[in-house]
Amino acid sequence: MNRFDYIRPTSLDEAIAAASQPGSAFLAAGTNLLDLMKGNITRPDRIVDITKLPDLDRIETLEDGSTRIGALVKNADLAYHEDFAARFPAVAEALLSGASAQLRNAASVGGNLLQRTRCRYFYDTASACNKREPGSGCDSLEGENAGQAVLGWSPSCIATHPSDFCVPLAALGAIVEIKGPDGSRDVALTDFHRLPGDRPDIETVLAPGELVVAIRLPAEAAGFAAHSRYLKLRERTSYAFALVSAAAMLRLEDGVIAEARIAIGSVAAKPWRAKSAEAVLKGMKAEPAFFEKAAREAFAEAKPSGDNADKIELGRRIVARALTLASAGTPTEMPALPASPFAPLPGASANGVAHV
Amino acid sequence: MDFSISLTINGVERRITFDDPRVTLLDLFRERLHLTGTKKGCDRGQCGACTILVDGRRINSCLALALSHDGASITTIEGLAKDDQLHPVQAAFIENDGFQCGFCTPGQIMSAVGLIAEGHAGTDPERVREGMSGNLCRCGAYAGITKAVIEAQKSAGEARTGEAA
Ligand SMILES: Cc1cc2nc3c(=O)[nH]c(=O)nc-3n(C[C@H](O)[C@H](O)[C@H](O)COP(=O)(O)OP(=O)(O)OC[C@H]3O[C@@H](n4cnc5c(N)ncnc54)[C@H](O)[C@@H]3O)c2cc1C
Ligand code: SF4
Ligand code: FES
Ligand code: FES
Repeated sequence: MNRFDYIRPTSLDEAIAAASQPGSAFLAAGTNLLDLMKGNITRPDRIVDITKLPDLDRIETLEDGSTRIGALVKNADLAYHEDFAARFPAVAEALLSGASAQLRNAASVGGNLLQRTRCRYFYDTASACNKREPGSGCDSLEGENAGQAVLGWSPSCIATHPSDFCVPLAALGAIVEIKGPDGSRDVALTDFHRLPGDRPDIETVLAPGELVVAIRLPAEAAGFAAHSRYLKLRERTSYAFALVSAAAMLRLEDGVIAEARIAIGSVAAKPWRAKSAEAVLKGMKAEPAFFEKAAREAFAEAKPSGDNADKIELGRRIVARALTLASAGTPTEMPALPASPFAPLPGASANGVAHV
Repeated sequence: MDFSISLTINGVERRITFDDPRVTLLDLFRERLHLTGTKKGCDRGQCGACTILVDGRRINSCLALALSHDGASITTIEGLAKDDQLHPVQAAFIENDGFQCGFCTPGQIMSAVGLIAEGHAGTDPERVREGMSGNLCRCGAYAGITKAVIEAQKSAGEARTGEAA
């Protein structure tokens, strides 16, 4: 780890001014930043510690009915906030399927949005990586790429954004509140992360010094609470990043889908909202044939970026399955293994693990 | 430049001065305060050997900058036993063969204390395993660990009912 100047501002304005200097990085819990610094992948000259900033750790309901989550709220505190989890159960399930209990206790929601890819070449400073070192190439293209992107990638980078939390947030139309040297602005979460293009090193729309202050969920997002699921396929059932994941939410009226929300995770450099797949379901009966059609639509534009064509099929099945589970209803209690596909489908016989 | 923070470690308030902003809580304990019960496995948040309680919550001390924790109250494995009396979770690990080599054990025990305080797992083995999944054990003592946590959870529940009565 390189040496750095350490600054602990006590106000937002002070933090923004300090981080506007080139070479600065905000430090929240550090569960991603310190990891990257230990590997010499990130080498900030100056650390601006935001953990002591006031008022960023609140979960509140605003006058217009929207829910506002301060950037420093801990992942675990949000997931176990009873009122929040009751209104946004897929968000709670996604949070609890990520990392470990220790990490969730420390990690902030702002840091979760800004966590960086898990591409192994990005982590290995001996490899060529356009994200870590612009212009150096991409060793993943001809290397290990089974877990890489199938949507929105470019030849300069095929890495994915690994967050679970961002997936249901994208489906629910979350807004990111940003404050910076030039004032405050709101950005839709689905516009917050950038696709790689020819600059995979620029990952979000944040300008230098800009801080994520909060995340907001609009009032209507709570309308999906009765039929919301998050499903995460991974190489082991706990404490692993997603290979592919999906958030599925339905608003049902007399068995007919009034509105559907679908987003897919770990398939692109951003959480991927599948609006055209949502449109497929509008006005349809909540039945498997339509779920499969929507799942195909969600991946209509998908292209393998390497040895990962199977990921497209896995993704379709996870979307269809998440929709099936959502239509059966949000579980009354958080499943023992949150987001695990190894739970029997509703209506299936209780014994034995269903096909994934 | 010297940095100075105050920490309450296992009930004792200490003012600590150090010269390098990069020091993690884990390195602070092991290298500077001679509290070597907290173990360093991966140093990257992946194994749980370094688990401690900060203000009562379990976290990985290897990914926690000491400077960020000025004013915190910390419990490490050294702070669990009261004189010669083991903490109920420590006793349950011995009773249930919750370890072999013992390297992961301080982290496992601190994590179990945190899990029981959180109160989300109860005595359901699946929930206990899921709640303990941030702690790896190379010796594969998982079956004993799960039994130990469930037993400690039961006695913690009884103790609480006892107090209420
Ligand atoms: C072993 C391991 C397993 C994990 N598994 C999962 C998983 O399965 N699913 C998952 O989703 N995540 C997983 N994570 C990632 C984890 O969720 C993130 O590390 C965490 O959310 C980051 O939050 P933090 O507060 O620690 O951020 P930090 O590490 O402090 O910061 C991360 C980045 O965000 C920036 N930043 C932080 N806050 C702000 C802000 N308010 N405004 C602007 N910039 C900011 C920092 O400058 C830094 O670049 C895992 C992490 C580890 C170590
Ligand atoms: S896929 Fe992206 S992050 Fe991975 S090596 Fe290539 S450029 Fe780097
Ligand atoms: S040493 Fe901290 S998690 Fe492995
Ligand atoms: S007892 Fe040896 S690593 Fe767990």
